[in-house]
Amino acid sequence: MGVRSWIEEWPVLRQVADSDPLGRGAAAKSGASKHLAPRVATADKVVKSICPYCAVGCGQNVYVKEGKVVQIEGDPQSPVSRGRLCPKGSASLQLTTGPARRHQVMYRRPHATEWEVIPLEQAMDMIADRVIKSRRGRWQWEANGTRVRRTMGIATLGGATLDNEENYLIKKLFTALGAIQIENQARV
Amino acid sequence: MAECHPVGFQWVMEAKARGAKLIHVDPRFTRTSALADIHVPLRAGTDIAFLGGIINYVLQNDKYFREYVVAYTNAPVILTEDFADTEDLDGVFSGFDPEHRSYDFHTWQYQGLAVQAASGERDQEYEDRGGQDRERVSAVREAGRGEAHGSGGAKIPSGSPDTDETLSHPRCIFQVLKRHFARYTPQTVEDICGIPQETFRQVCELLTENSGRDRTTAFAYAVGWTQHTVGVQYIRTAAILQTLLGNIGRPGGGIMALRGHASIQGSTDIPTLFNLLPGYLPMPHAYGNQTLDTFIEAESTEKGYWANMRAYMVSLLKAYWGAKATPENDFCFDYLPRLTGSHSTYETVMAQLAGDCKGYFLYGENPAVGSANAKMQRLGMASLDWLVVLDFSLIESATWWKDGPEIETGELRTEDIGTEVFFMPAAAHTEKAGSYTNTQRLLQWHHQAVESPGDARSDLWFTFHLGRKIREKLAGSTDEMDRPILDLTWDYPTQGRLAEPDAEAVLAEINGWDSNGRPLASYEQLNSDGSTVCGCWIYCGVYANGVNQAARRRPAGEQNWVANEWGWAWPANRRILYNRASADPDGKPWSERKALVWWDQEKAMWAGHDVPDFSAAKSPHYRPPAAARGAEALSGIDPFVMQADGKAWLFVPVGLTDGPLPAHYEPQDSPFRNRLYTQQRNPVRQVLPFRHPDNRLQPSGDQPGSELFPYVATTYRLTEHHTAGGMTRWLPYLAELQPEFFCEVSPELAAQRGLEHLGWATVITARNVVECRVLVTDRMTPLTVQGRRMHQVGLPYHWGVAGYTTGDSANDLTGMSLDPNVHIQEVKAFACDIQPGRRPRGPARAELVASYQRRAGITEQTGMEI
Repeated sequence: MGVRSWIEEWPVLRQVADSDPLGRGAAAKSGASKHLAPRVATADKVVKSICPYCAVGCGQNVYVKEGKVVQIEGDPQSPVSRGRLCPKGSASLQLTTGPARRHQVMYRRPHATEWEVIPLEQAMDMIADRVIKSRRGRWQWEANGTRVRRTMGIATLGGATLDNEENYLIKKLFTALGAIQIENQARV
Repeated sequence: MAECHPVGFQWVMEAKARGAKLIHVDPRFTRTSALADIHVPLRAGTDIAFLGGIINYVLQNDKYFREYVVAYTNAPVILTEDFADTEDLDGVFSGFDPEHRSYDFHTWQYQGLAVQAASGERDQEYEDRGGQDRERVSAVREAGRGEAHGSGGAKIPSGSPDTDETLSHPRCIFQVLKRHFARYTPQTVEDICGIPQETFRQVCELLTENSGRDRTTAFAYAVGWTQHTVGVQYIRTAAILQTLLGNIGRPGGGIMALRGHASIQGSTDIPTLFNLLPGYLPMPHAYGNQTLDTFIEAESTEKGYWANMRAYMVSLLKAYWGAKATPENDFCFDYLPRLTGSHSTYETVMAQLAGDCKGYFLYGENPAVGSANAKMQRLGMASLDWLVVLDFSLIESATWWKDGPEIETGELRTEDIGTEVFFMPAAAHTEKAGSYTNTQRLLQWHHQAVESPGDARSDLWFTFHLGRKIREKLAGSTDEMDRPILDLTWDYPTQGRLAEPDAEAVLAEINGWDSNGRPLASYEQLNSDGSTVCGCWIYCGVYANGVNQAARRRPAGEQNWVANEWGWAWPANRRILYNRASADPDGKPWSERKALVWWDQEKAMWAGHDVPDFSAAKSPHYRPPAAARGAEALSGIDPFVMQADGKAWLFVPVGLTDGPLPAHYEPQDSPFRNRLYTQQRNPVRQVLPFRHPDNRLQPSGDQPGSELFPYVATTYRLTEHHTAGGMTRWLPYLAELQPEFFCEVSPELAAQRGLEHLGWATVITARNVVECRVLVTDRMTPLTVQGRRMHQVGLPYHWGVAGYTTGDSANDLTGMSLDPNVHIQEVKAFACDIQPGRRPRGPARAELVASYQRRAGITEQTGMEI
C-alpha cells in the first residue's frame, strides 16, 4: 500500500470526501468487509424459480455453484414481488439444502418400534404391490345397485404445495385406478 | 395480509401511498392493523352479520352503482311467488327438508322460465319425482355440486326470466335483497359482532365513498373466511356487496382470495379433489345407465362457455385414454369411477377408522397437525394397512406411531399398531421443473437448478414410476377392472440419470393438441368429436405455439402495469376476470381513471390494457337471436361469460346447498344465541357423518353446559411459519424466530383467568386439551356482544411434536363440522375454556376432556340438532 492510498483510505478523509460526514455509510466499511463479495457473485449460473411457500408467487433467483444451490434471493424482475421475499421465502435455502432434509427412504414394519432404511427401488415395488392389493380388496362394481366401478381401499391427500403437472398425474393415475378419495389442502 | 402474504402486501402499501384507505377487519390486531386506517376487531364467526349490515347500509341509502347493477346483475329478475325468505321462516329458506337436512331449490326460481323437460338424468329433476329419490338428491348435494361450478355458475332452466329494470317490483331480486337484509342494522351488527356503531358507520362511509364510476374498492380475504360452517356464504356476502357497488371486473376492485400454498389454486384447477375433474368438470355421480350424453345434458348450461362442456369433457377423456377413447365406447366415460355422496378428506378419516380405507398417500401434507381434529386424523392413520408419506423431513404424519400424543397418553401403543409406513424423501422446488398457479390464477414456471440428492424424488417422478410399475405388474390382465389403468396413456418421456419425467411434456398434454398433434391455443378450438386432446380446458393456451407460456419472464420494467408477458393466467391470459364489466353497456370505460378494456368502434374490436374477457369482436350492441346457444347466446352486455345468463348473481337460484342468500348463523360451537333467528346454526351444515367419541360437539348459546366454554378461539398463521409446519419447523432460522406454540389473550382475560405473560395456559374443548405459552397483549380486544363482555383466544396452528420447535397442535381442539357446499371445516371460530398452567400428562389428559364433557352434559347428540 502506497502512501497516497494509505492517506486516501483514512476514514476521516473518506467521511468528508464521500459526503458521509457522520461516518455511518461507506466510510465506516473496514478493509476486511471491503474485500467481501456476495455469495452470488461467484455462482456458475442463476436459475429462475418461484417461491414454494404461499400463493403470492414471488420470483426467486436460485444461484448454483459447482452443482449445488448456494443462495436463493428475490427476483427483482418479477412484477409480482419486485425482488422481495418474506422470512419464509428468504429461508428457502435452508428448506432446500438444510440438514433436516431426509435423503433416504425409511420403512416402518407393522408393529415395529423403529424405522429401517430400505432402497428406493424396493420401496417402489412394495408400494405398487400394496396399491394393487388394497385396490382389489375394496373394489366395488356397484353401490346400492348402481354401477360405480371404483375402489374405496386407497386415498390420497396433498397437492397444494405441488406443481400442476404433478397434480395432473396424481389425478389421472388414481382416477384410472378407480380411487375417488383424492383430496388436498384446498379444504385445510 | 401483512403477516401471511407480506410481499403481496407491498401493493396495498403502494395504494395507500396514493391515497387509498385501508380497513382491516380481524379479531386480532396484527401487522396489517398497524398499517391500516381503521382496525375493526369483531367476534370470530360473525362476518355475514357485519357484511350484511354494510349491504343494508348500501341499499337503504341508495349507495349502489345503479347502472352497473341494472345492466350486469340479476337484480331486475323477478322470482316466482313460491320463494320464502329466512325473514319469513325464522332462519330457513323455503324448500327446507328437515328429515334429510337439505334444500329443494325449486322455489328459488326465476319467474317466466320454462319448466325443464323430464329428459336425461338432471340432478334437479329427481325432486320432481315426488320425493322418492330424496336420498339420492341429498347424496348429490353432499358431493359438493356447488363447487363444481368453480369457474362459472350452475345451470338454470331455459328461457328468459321476467325482469323489472326499475327495480321496484316487490318480487324482483333487488327488493328481495332489500327485505332480506333490512334487519341487519348497525344495532344488530353491534350486538352480534361487537363492533361499535360509530366504527361501523365509518367503514360503511369509507367503502361507499370509494366505490362508483371513478373509484373502486377491493376486498382481500385469507382462507380463514372459508373455514366456517357458512364459509361459502361468507364469500357470497362479499360478492353481493362488491357487485352492488360495481366493484367486480374493474381495476382496483374484486374479491381476492389470498391463498396460502404455492399452488393451492392450481390444485383446485387441476384438482386433487374428490368431486372434480380438471377444469371444474364434475366427477360423475352414480346413476343407473348413465351415458356421456346424459351426464353432459345434466351438467352443462345452454348459454355461456359451459354450454361447450362436451368438448371439454371429451378432450379430457382423450387425454386420459387416447386412442382407446372412441365415439363408439362413449370415449371411455364408463372408466371414470362414480361418487355416492361426499368423499372428502374428513369422510376418508371416518372410512379409515371403519376399516374401509386401507392405504393412504400423503403428498406434502401433514394432517396429524394441520387438519381439523388432528387426533382423529392420527387415529385414522393408525387404522390403515399402509401409509406413504412424501415429504422433506419426518413430519408428525410420518411418526405418530412412535411419538404421537396418543402414545404419550397411552391411548395407542406402538407395538399394537399394524400400519406399515413408507417415508419417501421429496425433491425441493429447486430440484424439479414445473408450474405453480398463484392466487391470481397466474401460472409461473420454476426451472430445475440441480438434481435432487440421494433417494429424494419429485412427486412427478414418484407418481409416474408408481403408475409404470403398477401397469407392468397388471400387464396381460384380462380382468375388466384393470382396463382403465392398462388403457391409460402413460408414456411420458423421461430424462437424466434419475429418469425424471419431462414436466413440459405433461404441460403440453394439459394444454392439449389437435388431430395433427399441433398445440392448441384456446379452449374455443376444442371439439366434442374426439379430434382434440386437452387435459384441462381452462389451461388451454398455456402451451400455445409449442411455447411454455408459463415460463415467460419479460421484466416488470419492460411492460405495462398489467404485465401480461410475465407467466400466463387462465383463462386466455386474462388478468382480471369479467373485465367487460369495466366498461359501460355501450363499451366505454365507466371513467378514464378506471379504464381497463373498451370497445374500439373503428376496428370493431375490444381493446385495452388487459386481454378482454369477452368475445373480441362481439359488439356491445349485439343481441342474440332466440335460437342461439353457448357463447353466441350471450349479449353484448353480458360480462359474466361463465355464468349461464352472463350476469352476476346477487341471488343464487341454483348451485348452493344452503340457501340463495347468506344469512347469519352462529358457529357450530358458540357461546351466543343467534340474535336474528330461532335457527341457531346453518341448518344444512355437515355434522352427522362425524359422530364419534373423539369428535364431540358442545352446547351453544343458552343451552346448559355452554358456560363451561365461554371464550371464542380462532386459529391463524404466523409470518415465520407455514401451515402445519412441515416446511418451516425444520428450518433453524424460522424455528428461532417463532420458537414456541402460544396463545394470545387480552390483559382483561388474563386477569379473569389468572394467566401470566410467558407462563403456561391450558386450552380445553370437548375434543381435546392443549397447552401453550401465554402472550398477554392489547392486540386482543375484549368485545361487548349481546350486552355481555366477551373474550377471544388466538391460537397459531403450526406446531406438533417434531422439528426444531415443538408444541401441542391447536387442531387437536378443533372439531369436524363442515360447510355443506365445499366440505371445509370450521376452525376459525369455536368456543373453548382456558385455564392457567400446563395440561395433565398421560391418561390424565383424556380424563380432563372427559370431565368437561360430563360437566357440560355432552352426549353424542350434543350439537347435532338441525
